[in-house]
Amino acid sequence: MYAVGRLPGSGLAKGLAVTMRAMTRRSITRQYPEVQPDLAPRSRGVIALLEENCTVCMLCARECPDWCIYIDSHKETLPAEGGGRARTRNVLDRFAIDFALCMYCGICIEVCPFDALFWSPEFEYAEYDINELTHEKDRLREWMWTVPPPQPPDPLGEPPKEIATAEKAAARPARAAAAAPKARRAEAPAPEAPAPEAQAPEARAPETPAPGKPATGGDEGPA
Amino acid sequence: MPDLLVIALKLVLVAAGFAVLPLLIGQIEHKAMAHMQGRLGPMYAGGFHGWAQLVADGVKFAQKEDVVPRAADRRIFKLAPAVALVPYLLALIVIPVGPGGQVALDLGPGVFFALAVMGIGVIGAIMAGWASANKYSLLGGMRVAAQLMSYELPMVFAASSAAMAAGTLSLTGIAEQWHWWWLPWQGIGAVVFFTAGLAELRRPPFDMPVADSEIIFGPYTEYGGLRFAFFLLAEYAGILVLCALTTVLFLGGWKGPFLDTELGWLWTLLKVFALAFVVIWLRVSYPRLREDQLQRLAWVYLVPLSLAQLALTGVLKVATA
Repeated sequence: MYAVGRLPGSGLAKGLAVTMRAMTRRSITRQYPEVQPDLAPRSRGVIALLEENCTVCMLCARECPDWCIYIDSHKETLPAEGGGRARTRNVLDRFAIDFALCMYCGICIEVCPFDALFWSPEFEYAEYDINELTHEKDRLREWMWTVPPPQPPDPLGEPPKEIATAEKAAARPARAAAAAPKARRAEAPAPEAPAPEAQAPEARAPETPAPGKPATGGDEGPA
Repeated sequence: MPDLLVIALKLVLVAAGFAVLPLLIGQIEHKAMAHMQGRLGPMYAGGFHGWAQLVADGVKFAQKEDVVPRAADRRIFKLAPAVALVPYLLALIVIPVGPGGQVALDLGPGVFFALAVMGIGVIGAIMAGWASANKYSLLGGMRVAAQLMSYELPMVFAASSAAMAAGTLSLTGIAEQWHWWWLPWQGIGAVVFFTAGLAELRRPPFDMPVADSEIIFGPYTEYGGLRFAFFLLAEYAGILVLCALTTVLFLGGWKGPFLDTELGWLWTLLKVFALAFVVIWLRVSYPRLREDQLQRLAWVYLVPLSLAQLALTGVLKVATA
């Protein structure tokens, strides 16, 4: 019945030892309502909207798998200044996220080219009425105050693309000076170099962006 | 007249112990089991670490509707919880907590009385199983009966070994005769007595009759409210009685390191609660035995072991006499 060399009842003693050890350890129960949970830095609690950054490009609403983002806007014509032609801009009328539908995938935040959407770790917004779970833009704006600062980059991770591009651009004139005969070849990728700088002010501007050009930089930002 | 007063006082104390100690054991079970499973257990009722959880449970049970199934044998069905509970109260009367008459009733054949009424407690579960008119209850009741049949024997053998060693059937007398060398001498008997007692109380890992994954809740399936609470209370009172009997028979009762006369009750209580903790510990650690394993354990191991203990006791008793 027992393996050779094993005392009869050693299995029973082992079972008792397991439970006794478990009793001496701290229990893992979180006493949530009394003690706030210590959430992971990137917890997905609620989605906050930085309204000032939104350009009504509708990317978030289009990419949302649940179609839970509602956006209404109208166009506004700015009077021409300094002899230029009149410009139009989009003005946000309504931005709402239905958190009853949202599945917290975060695609809208990933896709936003202008850093208008952020994760906030707040999670206590349960309601008695399902309609209350549709947060309108002022409520989404309020969540912005709970958005934590971005985490510092992982020291072991590879540097962000922006930094790599900037460093490459900074190194280029020196390399071009050193290799004079190759100057013509070095000029070819040169127009790429100012691209990141050009992107930043454009992203801030509420005007309609030039489509396609800044889309690569926006979602990599340390949001 | 003072005699009457003393008796009344003793009975009141027994009743108080019967009301409080099982709840205390229940609370210890709640907390110890929770921590053994990495949980906290009750934390809200009463404010401080859920100390009033069982009181709250009792209030809840008392508020529930009193339901008797239509096909049930009404009288037996209603009587069963009382039959399950009262014997443990009676057993508590003869258990001494200290030397020199610190017992409600110093009965001559105390061991027999205690074992006999403990057996009646099991009848309550059988009655419940039969009267419920429910096949699961009936199965559970039959299992209770089978368990009582097989485990009463080694239990009585082990208890009579202690009685033989002391040369008396009185519980007070047995505890008085106890010396430390009883521990190795009566060790097997103590283990057999405690194990068989657990089985008779249908405590896990011997909870075949109430195996909830097979037969819902065995004999108690149809019970609810206060009657169900009585069955639960009977279980904890049973633990109390079993631990107290083991203490008195095999662990020296009130004998402690010092001040046996004054602090005897404390030593008794300490031993009882240590044993109660072991009951809970075993419950958390081991899975339920299968019905055939249950019978096998009793007949193949416990009965021969208790007989061997009897022989050992007899031989040593005759050799030293």
